[in-house]
This record gives sequence, C-alpha cells and structure tokens, in this order.
Amino acid sequence: MLREGEIRIPSGCAISGIFSKSGKRISGEAIIKSIATMHDRSNGLGGGFAAYGIYPEYKDYYAFHIFYDGNISKRECEEFLERHFDIINLSKIPTRKTQGITDVPLIWRYFVTPLSTKLSDSQLDEKEFVARCVMKINTKIDGAYVFSSGKNMGVFKAVGYPEDVGEFYRLSEYEGYCWTAHGRYPTNTPGWWGGAHPFALLDYSVVHNGEISSYDANRRTIEMYGYKCTLQTDTEAITYIIDYLNRRIGLNLEEISSVVAAPFWQVIDRMPKEEKEKHTYLRNAFPSLLITGPFSILVGFDGGMMALNDRLKLRSMVVGEKDDMVYIASEECAIRVIEQNLDKVWSPQGGEAVIVTLNGGAK
Amino acid sequence: MGINFLYPEYEVIRNMDKCINCRVCERQCANEVHTYDEERKIMCSDDALCVNCHRCVSLCPTRALKIVKSDHTFKENANWSNRAITEIYKQSESGGVLLSSMGNPKDYPVYFDKILINASQVTNPSIDPLREPMETKVFLGSKPKKIERDKDGNLINNLSAGIELAMPIMFSAMSYGSISYNAHESLARAAKEVGILYNTGEGGLHKDFYQYGSNTIVQVASGRFGVHKDYLEAGAAIEIKMGQGAKPGIGGHLPGAKIVGDISKTRMVPKGSDAISPAPHHDIYSIEDLRQLVYSLKEATDYKKPVIVKIAAVHNVAAIASGIARSGADIIAIDGFRGGTGAAPTRIRDNVGIPIELALASVDQRLRDEGIRDNVSIVIGGSIRNSGDIIKAVALGADAVYIGTAALIALGCHLCRSCHTGKCNWGIATQRPELVKRLNPNVGYKRLVNLVRAWNHEIKEMMGGMGINSIESLKGNRLMLRGVGLNEKELQILGIKHAGE
Ligand code: SF4
Ligand code: SF4
Repeated sequence: MLREGEIRIPSGCAISGIFSKSGKRISGEAIIKSIATMHDRSNGLGGGFAAYGIYPEYKDYYAFHIFYDGNISKRECEEFLERHFDIINLSKIPTRKTQGITDVPLIWRYFVTPLSTKLSDSQLDEKEFVARCVMKINTKIDGAYVFSSGKNMGVFKAVGYPEDVGEFYRLSEYEGYCWTAHGRYPTNTPGWWGGAHPFALLDYSVVHNGEISSYDANRRTIEMYGYKCTLQTDTEAITYIIDYLNRRIGLNLEEISSVVAAPFWQVIDRMPKEEKEKHTYLRNAFPSLLITGPFSILVGFDGGMMALNDRLKLRSMVVGEKDDMVYIASEECAIRVIEQNLDKVWSPQGGEAVIVTLNGGAK
Repeated sequence: MGINFLYPEYEVIRNMDKCINCRVCERQCANEVHTYDEERKIMCSDDALCVNCHRCVSLCPTRALKIVKSDHTFKENANWSNRAITEIYKQSESGGVLLSSMGNPKDYPVYFDKILINASQVTNPSIDPLREPMETKVFLGSKPKKIERDKDGNLINNLSAGIELAMPIMFSAMSYGSISYNAHESLARAAKEVGILYNTGEGGLHKDFYQYGSNTIVQVASGRFGVHKDYLEAGAAIEIKMGQGAKPGIGGHLPGAKIVGDISKTRMVPKGSDAISPAPHHDIYSIEDLRQLVYSLKEATDYKKPVIVKIAAVHNVAAIASGIARSGADIIAIDGFRGGTGAAPTRIRDNVGIPIELALASVDQRLRDEGIRDNVSIVIGGSIRNSGDIIKAVALGADAVYIGTAALIALGCHLCRSCHTGKCNWGIATQRPELVKRLNPNVGYKRLVNLVRAWNHEIKEMMGGMGINSIESLKGNRLMLRGVGLNEKELQILGIKHAGE
C-alpha cells in the first residue's frame, strides 16, 4: 500500500479551536470534549491537536516533535540535529496505551536552538534556517518526520479518532492559551501518522476541513519558492502558503486572506477606490496562491489564531464568544458542549477572516 | 499537359437537375473555376483550378454544388503517397520551393486530444456558473518578488506594466497585408467589445485602427515594417516577433504586387517593392541582444507597455524561454508547429518545430524549476481549436492563449489553405477590393464576439465542474488532467498522470 505523500488522499473533516485572549492557560480537556462531539465527521483515520503556550519554561527554543520508524532513522536524525543545533533537552513524548491507537512509531521531543556558527555560515535568518532543516529531515532522512517545529507550541497527532489521540498524548496534562483540533475523514488509508493534522511549520499550524480544487496550482507555485510538499495534502500546501506570504513576503493575515480567499471581482469593483486598488493589486500580484474549492481552516500562530472559509463558504464554520474566550468549530454543537452561555455566536462569511490575538497583540 | 498533368485533387459536382444557371458561382469564384457555356446553356467547371474553399457551395441558391475528394489515384503505395508524387512533378517543373498556407495539416499526434479533464464528485462540490460567480479575468505580466509599503504601512502598487484580459484569449498576430482591412477591423472591434487584445502582426497599424489601441498588441518583427514611435505608443503591449510556429527559422516575404495603397503606407514600404522580413533580427544574434531590444522598446515607451517575446516552439524551447524570462520581457508567447501562416515553404511548415502541448509543459516546468516562472506570463498558440484546448493549455501552465486560425474560421475561412495565392474568396487573405468587401466587418466582428463569448461560457462550465471558480486556480493545475494512450515519456514531459491513476 502507498503511504500518504506517495498518493494524494482527499478528506472530509471536523475542526475546532479555543482561544483565550487574556492568555489564560487551559488544559487540553475542553478541546478534546469539543472535537469528540463531532465524532461522526471523522472516521478514525486521523486526529490531532495544536497547542500554544504549553512550553513556557522552554519558550526561547524550537520544540521539535519527531516521528521515527525505528532506531536507525532516529540515530541518523539525531546526528543531523547535533550537527545543526544545540539540543537543550530531549525526551520521549509521554503517551498512554489507548485502545484504537496502534502502530505507534517512536515519538520524540527536542528543544533546540541553531548552532550560531552553522547559522551564520548559512547566511539565512534564523527561522529560514530552521525551516530548511525541517524540510531536509522530512525529505532526506528516511523514516524520520518532524511534525512540529515552533516555539512554545506543539502538535500532537496520530491515526485514530481525535478523542483517542488526545487521551493517548495525555493532553489534559498540558496547558495552553490556544488549542486547535482536527478529526479526519480520509477517503483512503493514509498508512502512517505524518498524514494526520494539524500540519505545522515553525509557529504556524493549520487544521483544515475541505478539499481544495486549486491544489496542484498552489503546490507547483509554492514548491517554486523552496517548499517541498511531501504529504500531498491540502493542509500542508496551505501552511506553506501562509508561511510564505506572512514570514517571507511580509503580508499581514488580513492581506493573506485577501490572497487565498480573494473577494470576487464583482465585489472588488464595488469597493471604495483604495480598497479596490489594494485587492486588485493582491490578486494581480499573487494569483497562483488563490485557493478555490471548499475549505474552512484554523491557523494557529504565535499569539493568535485565524479562521477562514473559502470564498463561497462551501464548508460550515461557526464562531462563539464568551468573555475573553473565542471558540471556533465546524459545528455549533462542538462549542455549546464546552460553553453553554455564549455572549455571541455567528457564522463568518466566505472569505471573511476572523483573527483573534492575545490582548496586547501578536504580530 | 503531358507529364505535368495532375489530376485535380477535388472535383466540383454540379447537380444539373438543380442548377438554374444563375451564374452566382461564376461571379463568386476568384479562381475562375466556373464558366457558362453559352451554346449548351449550362454551367461548366474546371476542377483543376478549384481550391475547395466552399464559397460557391455556400452561395449556390439551389444547393446544386458540392466539392468531393477525387477518387482518382496513383497505384496504392504506403510510401509514395499521391502527395509525395505530385509534389515531385511540381518541383521538377518549376524548380522552386513549394509554398503552402495555414497550419501543418499532417498526421502528427495532437496531444490536446489525448488529454482529458477532471470533474468533482462527492468529496468536493462542483459549482454552477449560472448561480455563482465564475471568474476568467487574467492579468499578464511579471509579478513582483517583494511588496513595498508606504510610511502608513499601505501596500504600494509595484507591479510593472501588464495586460488585463476579460478572458484568457487573444487574437494572434496577422498582419495587414497578409489579411484584409476588413478582417483587421473585425478583429479590432471584437477585441474591444469583449475586453481582450488583437495583434497587428508585422505589417504596421493602419491609421484607422489607432482608436482600438488599448486593445492592440503592436508587433515589432525582423523587417521592422511600420514601426515608429506613435505606433509603439498606440498599443497596449509590444510584441517582438522572433519566430513563428509555421516557419521557425525563416523570415517572410510579402510580394511587391501586394504592396499597394494603404498597405504600402502602413508598412512604410514603397509601392510595388517586396517587403522582406529577414530570418533573424539583424540586431539580435544572441540573448543579450534581445535584452537590449526589450529595454530599447521599454525606454521608448516610458516603461508603460509590457513587452512580449514571441518564439516558435523548437527543440530546446525550454532553455530559450528561460533566457527570455531573464531578458526583461514580461510575457513569452510560444507558437506551436501547427500554427497558421499566410504563406510558408511547405517543407518547413510540415517538418520543423514541435507540438505546442509539449513545448508549453516543458517551458512552464523549466521556469518553475529555475524559480523564474513569476518573471513572465506564458501565452501559447498553434493551434487552439476550442475551449477544451484552452482549459488544457491553462492547466498545463499557460496564462492565456492566442487564437489565429480559429478566429479566421469564425470570419468565414474554410481552411482551403490557399492564402498565399491572394485570391481568398472569403475576403480574408486577399487585398483585391472586390473580394475584401465580401467580408462585412459589422458581421465579422459580431461572429468573433460570439465565438469567444461562447468559449468563455464553456470554460466557465468546465471550471465549475472541477470546483474551480477562478481561472488563476486552474493555471498549472496539472492534477486536473489525465493522459490517454500516452507513453511514460510523454506523460513525464506533460507532467500529468495517465487516466486511471
Ligand atoms: S475555388 Fe471555391 S468557389 Fe471556386 S469552385 Fe472551388 S469551391 Fe467553388
Ligand atoms: S483565409 Fe481564405 S484563402 Fe486562407 S485558408 Fe481561409 S478561406 Fe482559404
């Protein structure tokens, strides 16, 4: 059987996100409860979580979460890490035997910082250096796969139902200000854990529900900028697009949403002059990063979270607010199950980005 | 006669029961096939003069005429075809180069016909273009590598000059001279009406057509006919013609007999003298020379016009395109070996160049591999026959297509491939006033508008079927294509999978 990455597997899904604007750290229990409510939107072939603010004691180090097929790939990867990074701490990621979670790979966590000599030799900025190292491990070291590489954040994912995945990784023992979750309904067996979501690079993590029709146009474009789409999933391509536009080009999240879920020309034509010029510019300058077809995504980043629907809103997505808490999910029930008394509930329009950041701001 | 006699390829069949001797066919045929026999009181025809253009057939009021392929034949021979034999007779008589027109008619593979398009089922909804917006607007030109902001943080428009098209279609270069005034007027007006561009070809721009400037591409070819400052400034874009798919590697020759009246004025060539376009541009012997011409033209027009470089699809087209993409050009136009022409040496038309599908796929991939695909847009032509070809071209990586032959067919061309004789019965490839007036630009432009609008509808339908609601997301989206009956190598070059994979 082909592994995910060797073939492209379309999926349906459920997503959920929780965010505390005041930066209050909450345990993983709530998000597990939320995503479990949408059990029927997954089929046991993939689940995962991203959590921000969970490693305050190591917040200045990149936290690499890595899957290994076996000890040989682990040794090879660790040699690579040692050559490029200062490893501050390493350990197995604690897990619990859980029914429904099988074929468990070796799962390790490393807190690292680039070796200053290597970094200056590379003439890259630090993030670019780290991103390239991640990409190198994932494409060059057989059986090793870095699935989380940001600071003070982490991704936890597996093949299984999301609630079992949460249980397996003992997420109730972590506390973060932002959580996103994903339950997957692939139409094919992914064959390994790397294909589960969230997908992450540096601080960006993406959970996504949908199947984009622009995939190959986006993939071929983003690969031109040095990214390698090894998993052939939409989420991977979307993550790279966001990383590229935000970190490398310097667009802000609102501008990015105008690129990937651009307003229709008929809408742009009716905008006031300045808005019209801005949107025309963005569509003209970045046409191949427009994403079409159904999607709803939650993008986690350092200090914030963005929710975005495709331009036609072909996937459901609901936002709820209560005091400083923001909840976003594929279905309202997944919000109600953790917060009965919402101040406000609404469905964002297609292409309308909902961006929440910590009070005091993120980038 | 004798050894040189060639039995006509086509026979004019007249149904004598229907013929009413109205003599329409006689008046309509510039080839003088039909004559009236006063004595016998019947119409006669000389099949040997017929080029099979269907003018008489289309206008015969009683439908008495048809043209059929002759069943007269040499002894069957898989190697020595009728055509091979007759061409030898012709050349041994004339001692000259054989001339032909329109695109390569030979039986080479048409890759577009071996590619199939995807549609959504279940996992991803198709979109109904009648109910939802479906966008086909495209911008051609180079894309910025970085953004700039003003002091308030607002984005600055740092795009270089480009082209905006309502749909990914343009009319390809056909010069005034090779085609008629009325044909040009039809193209110009149609381009304006639908929001696309037409192309002057190398014959200059007639003063009457300056009013369509914002829908015009002005061409600069090796003969530099009709090129002056106002001309360059009149258009929306400037195209440097390095080559043409129907005759890569050779120039052009408009005989002095056709350099009459306005054509002489527009081309800035004295009446009656031959207009010869040299094979190369004599100021471009290498890529760095091309760069100089690109920038000379940009300087001359204040960087307000994008520059297109048009090349023929030849064997190392990918490397050539990569050089052009670094030359400062904004758009590369690639013309496939089936591209049309008003006149070309038959041997060249039929044997030189490569299929546009393969050229496009390899150019698009090469530019991506080198990270310079954003430097340029890619426009392809030769030959696009319908909206399906356009979808496939865009999915392979084209930003837009050029249509030439298809546009002429819309104007009435019946592909008789006799343009080089200058006696086009449909008023297209001719300068004879009595023939030119047969093409009414009021009707012609409307037919062109109908054609491209119809294609645009079909493009939208097919995009909707794929769940794509903007043409940007189709560009280079090769996963939307599958090959049928192609071998591994062909699939690899096209960058697509085989059907069933
Ligand atoms: S050349 Fe055209 S008009 Fe003349 S006889 Fe043949 S088909 Fe008819
Ligand atoms: S343009 Fe006229 S002469 Fe040329 S192929 Fe068409 S009908 Fe024949």
